[in-house]
Amino acid sequence: MEPLEKRILFVTGKGGVGKTTVAFALGLAAAAGGKRTIVCEVASQENASRVFGRAEIGFHEVELRDDLYAISIDPDNATREYLEQQLPVKAMSDLLYRSKIFSYLAAATPGLREMVTIGKIWELALPERRTKKASPYDLVIVDAPATGHGVGLMQTPKNFAEIAKVGPMAHQASLINSTITDHDQAGVVIVALPEEMPVNETATLEGELIDTIGVTIDRIYMNGMYPKRFDTSERALLTEALARADGDTAAAITAAINESRRCESQGKQLERLRQLTRTEVETLPFLFAPELGIEHLHELAELLR
Amino acid sequence: MKDVEQLLEGKSICICAGSGGVGKTTTSAAIAAGMAARGKRVAVLTIDPAKRLADSLGLQELGNTERQVDPALFTEAGVEAGSGELWAMMLDAKATFDEVVGKHSPDEESRDRILENRIYRQISNALAGSQEYMAMEKLFEIHQEERYDLLVLDTPPSRNALDFLDAPRRLTQFIEGRSLQLFIRPSGFGMRVLGRGTSVIFSVLKRVTGMDLIEDLSEFFTAMSGMVAGFRERAQRVNELLADPQTSFLVVCGPAGEPINEAVYFHRKLVEAKLPFGGVIVNKVHVEGRGSEIDEGLTASLEALIGDADLAGRVRSNFDDYRSLADRDARNIARLTRELRSSTVIEVPYLTDDVHDLAGLFEIDSYLFADREPA
Repeated sequence: MEPLEKRILFVTGKGGVGKTTVAFALGLAAAAGGKRTIVCEVASQENASRVFGRAEIGFHEVELRDDLYAISIDPDNATREYLEQQLPVKAMSDLLYRSKIFSYLAAATPGLREMVTIGKIWELALPERRTKKASPYDLVIVDAPATGHGVGLMQTPKNFAEIAKVGPMAHQASLINSTITDHDQAGVVIVALPEEMPVNETATLEGELIDTIGVTIDRIYMNGMYPKRFDTSERALLTEALARADGDTAAAITAAINESRRCESQGKQLERLRQLTRTEVETLPFLFAPELGIEHLHELAELLR
Repeated sequence: MKDVEQLLEGKSICICAGSGGVGKTTTSAAIAAGMAARGKRVAVLTIDPAKRLADSLGLQELGNTERQVDPALFTEAGVEAGSGELWAMMLDAKATFDEVVGKHSPDEESRDRILENRIYRQISNALAGSQEYMAMEKLFEIHQEERYDLLVLDTPPSRNALDFLDAPRRLTQFIEGRSLQLFIRPSGFGMRVLGRGTSVIFSVLKRVTGMDLIEDLSEFFTAMSGMVAGFRERAQRVNELLADPQTSFLVVCGPAGEPINEAVYFHRKLVEAKLPFGGVIVNKVHVEGRGSEIDEGLTASLEALIGDADLAGRVRSNFDDYRSLADRDARNIARLTRELRSSTVIEVPYLTDDVHDLAGLFEIDSYLFADREPA
């Protein structure tokens, strides 16, 4: 089963590897395939809104393109919404939400902030939404927080169900846990970079996700791969020519040699990643673009379809 | 423009700040290794849960105490450290928090009561800022021991690189729990809730989460009440240390638009907070072809030199790709330099090979330190 055939897809990985880019490229790919898709940014800096020419997304389901939506989930708004759904009178939930004691207690309650966050993600993926007048989505893509927290977020429902045992939230936590560990419904992809340490971290993360949370990893995307533009014999030729070059000619040849060396070093890291992990690895190209634009997301989306 | 050695002249603390994925951990290690190679006793503290620093320093693992990097590794990397020493530790925030509680507890029994309390476990693991606060706490503790000439702190990656500045205040506020104590009062059997509004809140929270927190809270505040003063005083002293002229903040960033914006923002915030800002280190800068003009004759001269039209064409188009990145980086760095006025901006080029050992760190040092060769 391909990642885009799930109902919920978590995009995980260390900070700075291009998670948000991959999440939105996957979103574009799914939307192009006719799936009503939403990308959830969790505790993020809203990087995507700029690429799509939006001021800010916020805690609303915003339509970016045909069939592609986005929402930014923060624990404060998620808590408020959860209270509104749990409490019959709106004035009561308002009062509670504004109360200093409540925010204090909410911060102290083990796992509450993560629970309402993943609860919102789960709600978005329900075939029958709990939010009034909201339409269901075919696919919910989660741009998960950087590694440590990404694991924490997925682990929360299980932990919460164990601690709380009773009450509506504990009940919901068990439901969510069975959803995210059901491989037919939920998938996980990891984004990696072809460098020594990110490869090591990806292997560690894969182990944690599989062994601790019990999810299956659907794909590892090795992001930012330089294209192989020059082969070994050409590099030797260029190295030899560099001795006779000067000015821009020398700079151009140096750039070609460096490109070739980076490509080679990345190839070794790709090899290492494949040896260290159990999941299918797919590569995504490095894009020679000063700033990432919507056209680059489309380019990646084409590759991900 | 100063180099890192000049920036850290007379300093005993160097705090590397910046958002995730910009090479902060590697830069911190490179600064520490470079200063050790210049005869200083240096310790580098990282909070990254991954084993990056340990990997790059040839240490099997890093614990919550400092370990010395084998001087033989310096010799292997072709550097004579002389009297210099390099130590490293990976900060375990939870363990540090437990230590702090142990230090402030009157006896073992009350310590254990806190360590097992659910509220305590929540805040020591997950409350926003507690990781940052514990990084500061450890920094303060090691600094007081006066065993090192220089401490380099690799700050935790966070959504907002400034979180740690505010962390001590937020944490003490939480522990004090003043707003909560107005409404609840310890009684003979745990805690008594004052006022109808408050009891509604407790009962709703209990109904929603299935957790009855009254007892835990009562225990938490009773146990912590004796420590609040200690915590507050400590936070105050940590803040003083951060603002002290012997501390220097270095901002680490990447050359793309967004990381540069963050560095500008960070510099402004440090200045506003009256904290000693040292300079900015820009990592992974594309330098190939910087400042070169588009030259119509370039492909022809490449062909003449290489003797292969197809290869020359590909070298040319590759060069154009690199030039566009180099131009972007140069523009962004010029903007950064303008914004920072006379402050130091140090560039580290995008290296072709990965840095994962001491030799790699010394390669970075050749850009961070002007003399290139350690004394």
